[in-house]
Amino acid sequence: MAEQTCIIIGASHAAAQLATSLRQEGWLGDIHIVGDEAYLPYHRPPLSKEFLAGKKTEEEILIRQAPIYEKHNIRFSVGFRVTSIDRANKTVVLDNGEILTYDKLALTLGSRVRKVPIAGSDLPGVFYLRTIDDINQIKSYIGEGKNAVIVGGGYIGLETASVLNQLGMNVTVLEMMPRVLQRVTTPELSAFYTRIHTEEGVKIITDSTVNALEGDHQVERVIGSDGSQFNADLVIIGAGILPNTELAESAGLEVNNGIVVDELARTSDKNIVAAGDCTLHPNPIYGRDIRLESVQNAVDQAKTAAATLCGKEKPYHALPWFWSDQYDLKLQIAGLSQGFDEVVIRGDIQSSREFAVFYLKDNAVIAVDAVNKPQEFMFGKKLITNKIKVDKSKLADESISIKELV
Amino acid sequence: MALIKYIEHNGTKHEINVANGTSVMQGAVDNMIDGIVAECGGCCSCATCHCYVDESWVAKTGEATKTESNMLDCVDERQANSRLSCQIIVSDELDGLVVHLPESQY
Repeated sequence: MAEQTCIIIGASHAAAQLATSLRQEGWLGDIHIVGDEAYLPYHRPPLSKEFLAGKKTEEEILIRQAPIYEKHNIRFSVGFRVTSIDRANKTVVLDNGEILTYDKLALTLGSRVRKVPIAGSDLPGVFYLRTIDDINQIKSYIGEGKNAVIVGGGYIGLETASVLNQLGMNVTVLEMMPRVLQRVTTPELSAFYTRIHTEEGVKIITDSTVNALEGDHQVERVIGSDGSQFNADLVIIGAGILPNTELAESAGLEVNNGIVVDELARTSDKNIVAAGDCTLHPNPIYGRDIRLESVQNAVDQAKTAAATLCGKEKPYHALPWFWSDQYDLKLQIAGLSQGFDEVVIRGDIQSSREFAVFYLKDNAVIAVDAVNKPQEFMFGKKLITNKIKVDKSKLADESISIKELV
Repeated sequence: MALIKYIEHNGTKHEINVANGTSVMQGAVDNMIDGIVAECGGCCSCATCHCYVDESWVAKTGEATKTESNMLDCVDERQANSRLSCQIIVSDELDGLVVHLPESQY
C-alpha cells in the first residue's frame, strides 16, 4: 500500500474529507486531488450566506488551509478538469492532455446547477449560484435600493433573498410551484417561510414562470409567462442541481440518478469509490436507495470511502441532516420526511419564529424540521435513529422537555 | 497568533499556533486533531466540536451564547466549562488557552 496512488476527482467537501480520512486510516501512498475550480476545497454553504453578505473572505471559507495539505502530503491540481477515465489502464486524462495513473480512484464529482432555458439568460447580471466565482461576479451587481429578482424559491433562492434583502435591495422571489420549498418540505414550513420573508420585505410570488429576461447591455427586466414584468438589476436563478455522473457513465460504471455505490461507497469497479452529491446509495434507516444533496452526506460518505480504500469496512449509515440560515432563523432538519402519515407541531408556527415540526410514520418520528429549536433537532435525531414510539401529546407539549422523551 | 493547547481524552497533547480571528475548532480541524469533528463547518448547528475549557481559562473565554448553550444541552456530558469550540475565537488574549476534548462527539 505504501507505493499506491489514490487520485480523487473533484475538490469540494467530500474530497477534503476523503483525503484527510485516507491519512487517518493509514494510507501512506500518494494522494492527488484534481478539481476544476481554481480553489482549494471550500465550504459551499456560506456562498448563499456570509460570503455573499461580505462577512467572510475566500480564505475564511476554505475547509483547510494550504499548509495542512502540504504537511500531510496531499497534492492538488486545481483548475483542471478530468475528461475521461480509462479503467482498464487505470488512468485519467486531464483537459490539458496530462495523463495520470491511479491504483485507487475516488469520485467526488459533486453536482452542477440545473440550467433553465430562459431567453436572455446570457445577459450580464444574470447568474446561477454555485461557486466562489459566481458570488464574486454577483457582488458587483449588488446595491442598496437596486432590484433583485430570484428565480426559484428553494433553499438557495430563499437564503440569497434574505442576504440581498438585508443588504438593502428590493427583492422578489419567483417560484414556479404553488409554494416555496415544495420539493423539500411541507405546506406548513412553506407558509412559515413565506410569512417571514414577507415580514422582512421580500415579495414572494408563486405559480410564477419566467418567459424571458430583457435588457440592453445587461438585464433590466424579468418577463413572466402571464405578462407580468419585474425590474431587475440582478437576476439569480436557483433551479436545483444535477449530479455529475457523466464521467462515470462514460467509463462504464453503473449510474442511475447518481453513481451507484454500496454501503461501503464502492462503485461497480473494485478500484473505484464515490462519495457525496454524485452518488446513489442505500440508506438502511429508510430502507431505500437515495441521492442526497448535503454537506453531511459528502463528509460522512467520504469517511466510509476512505476506510474502504484502506481495506477497512465502515458502512455508511448516518442519518441525513441539513440546515438553512435565513435572517435570524436557524432551520435544522433531521431525516427524510417522505412517506409521513402524521405531523406533530411543537411551538407556535403561526406567529413565532421558534417551533419544530415532527413527521411521523406508524407513530415513530422519521424526520424533524426545527426552527430556532436546536434541542428539538438534536434530540429529534435520537428519536429517529432509535425509532422511538413517542407519546404525541407530550411531543406537542412545550412544557415537557424534549430530552425526557428520548 | 495564539498558542492553543488541545488535550485529547486519552491524554495526548497538541500545541498549535492558531491565527487570531480563527476559531479554536478550526485550529483543531486544520491540524487533524482527533476529537473535534465539526460536521457543520462552524455555524453552531451540530454540537460536534464540543470542548471543555480549562478552569483557568473560563473567565477569559467568556460564556456561551443562548443558541450555543441550547446546543450544548444536547451533548452527552455537559459541564460548566463546556463550550462549542467553533464559537471561541482566537485572539492574543487567549495565548496559551487549554481545552480538553471529550471522549467522543457523539
